[in-house]
Amino acid sequence: MIYFDHAATTPVKPEVLEAMLPYFSEKYGNASSVYKLAQENKKAIDNARRVVAQLLGAQPNEIFFTSGGTESDNWALRGIASSLKEKGNHLITTKIEHHAVLHTCQYLESQGFEVTYLDVDENGLVTAEQVAKAIKTDTILISIIYANNEIGTIMPIAEIGKVAKEHGVIFHTDAVQAVGQIPIDVNRQHIDLLSLSGHKFYGPKGIGALYLRRGIKIPSLLHGGGQERGRRAGTENVPGIVGLATAMDLAYQNLERKNTKIKALRDQLINGIYKRIPFCRLNGHREQRLPNNVNFSFDFIEGESLLLLLDFEGIAASSGSACTSGSLDPSHVLLALGLPHEQAHGSIRFTLGEDNTREEVDLLLEKLPPFVQKLRAMSPLYEDFLRKHS
Amino acid sequence: MYSEKVIDCFMNPKNIGEIEDADGVGTVGNPRCGDIMKIYLKIEDNIITEAKFKTFGCGAAIATSTMMTQMVQGKSITEALKITDQAVAEALDGLPPVKMHCSCLAERALQAALWDYAQKNQLTIEGLKPPESTTEEPEEKSIEE
Repeated sequence: MIYFDHAATTPVKPEVLEAMLPYFSEKYGNASSVYKLAQENKKAIDNARRVVAQLLGAQPNEIFFTSGGTESDNWALRGIASSLKEKGNHLITTKIEHHAVLHTCQYLESQGFEVTYLDVDENGLVTAEQVAKAIKTDTILISIIYANNEIGTIMPIAEIGKVAKEHGVIFHTDAVQAVGQIPIDVNRQHIDLLSLSGHKFYGPKGIGALYLRRGIKIPSLLHGGGQERGRRAGTENVPGIVGLATAMDLAYQNLERKNTKIKALRDQLINGIYKRIPFCRLNGHREQRLPNNVNFSFDFIEGESLLLLLDFEGIAASSGSACTSGSLDPSHVLLALGLPHEQAHGSIRFTLGEDNTREEVDLLLEKLPPFVQKLRAMSPLYEDFLRKHS
Repeated sequence: MYSEKVIDCFMNPKNIGEIEDADGVGTVGNPRCGDIMKIYLKIEDNIITEAKFKTFGCGAAIATSTMMTQMVQGKSITEALKITDQAVAEALDGLPPVKMHCSCLAERALQAALWDYAQKNQLTIEGLKPPESTTEEPEEKSIEE
């Protein structure tokens, strides 16, 4: 199989698995206990926390382990809303957030909060000026996705962070797709809260973290024992925590070299598709884009049917079509770019990984054009188009 | 997610294309929900002698188009009208719940094509209703969560 869906999830690296394994069996102690077996696990957690903190330019006591990106996003938004509700009830976000942020915002609206959803331009960007303009006296939180999971557009995070800081508003970023691919410094970029998830950078599923700037108080999402310094209850997922830190550490080793290779494959794919397939459009910003993301809309066809044809050839990718989202509407991200519904339905995302090769991209470029042609040949939209232009 | 039959009807679709001198043509669906189905029928002495389709849509939409056009071939108009979305779905060994609207689309496309035939020939076909407008916006029907 050729796997081009690394934004969905990544395989756990052998080194990561190896680091995790002892914590399932011989090192099974509950880190809250007093004996040696337990205390060694506490050390492993502390060490992992140091690694994660260092890679973000943060302090260890600013890192809290969670069950993943969704929990981190929920905790950040609901936590700030709850602790600052006396100060104000206005939040600012974008129209292209991941559902973990978008649906949490909708929940907060149902609880009486007001949310501004900023428009993005045709490339998926918001500007710091837009954010500044949306800030009101009762704004308590700005939450902007670091890099979009569908189209790969990277937001001007440092500039937005600066605006937030100047206005004294707390700034959260959902960095689930960015961590492990882009160097991040929470202080230089003025980030107050940041969500990350282990399985997006060759770590395990079910583990994530929230960076919470020192001095910012948010109530617990999960109540119970005193784990994570009383902020996030529940016996620590020690293998997960060790796996996340090991994977994140590996992700940032030789990052530039790895990104150069992945970007070359990405550009080979983008240029190859443009060269071989007429009537298509690259979604997302051409330069300000994750190194591994390629997202195309192919006119006149629907994304899921193209995914099925590719799957039959052993090629895994994903689509923003309604048929893959469980709803009749296509991706909210593609609609926010201004794409008409039929183009949004006809989108395909390929996200590359460290192990993908030139040959695999070549094979995709060989398979894709006849598949698109096959589906166009049975499309009434293509028939109409040809009739109009003949 | 899909039965083997759906996959087979999708990978090896039958009856794709247009019929130049079709006796009835029906188009249903709209780009908003990502499904458009166009069915062409050739009808002689009340018998559907040929059925072809063009579909913009997901795997299930293409598979149901194939199945529907195969099922109506050789049938009388009365028999064809008895083919329900349920029957098409069953012939495909079932569809995932979120895809059931695809089989409804096939049923509606067939009825729209028969309606077109009836209109052209000034016939009244018992049990046949005019097709719903295909240009209107569909209801917001999110089946998420």
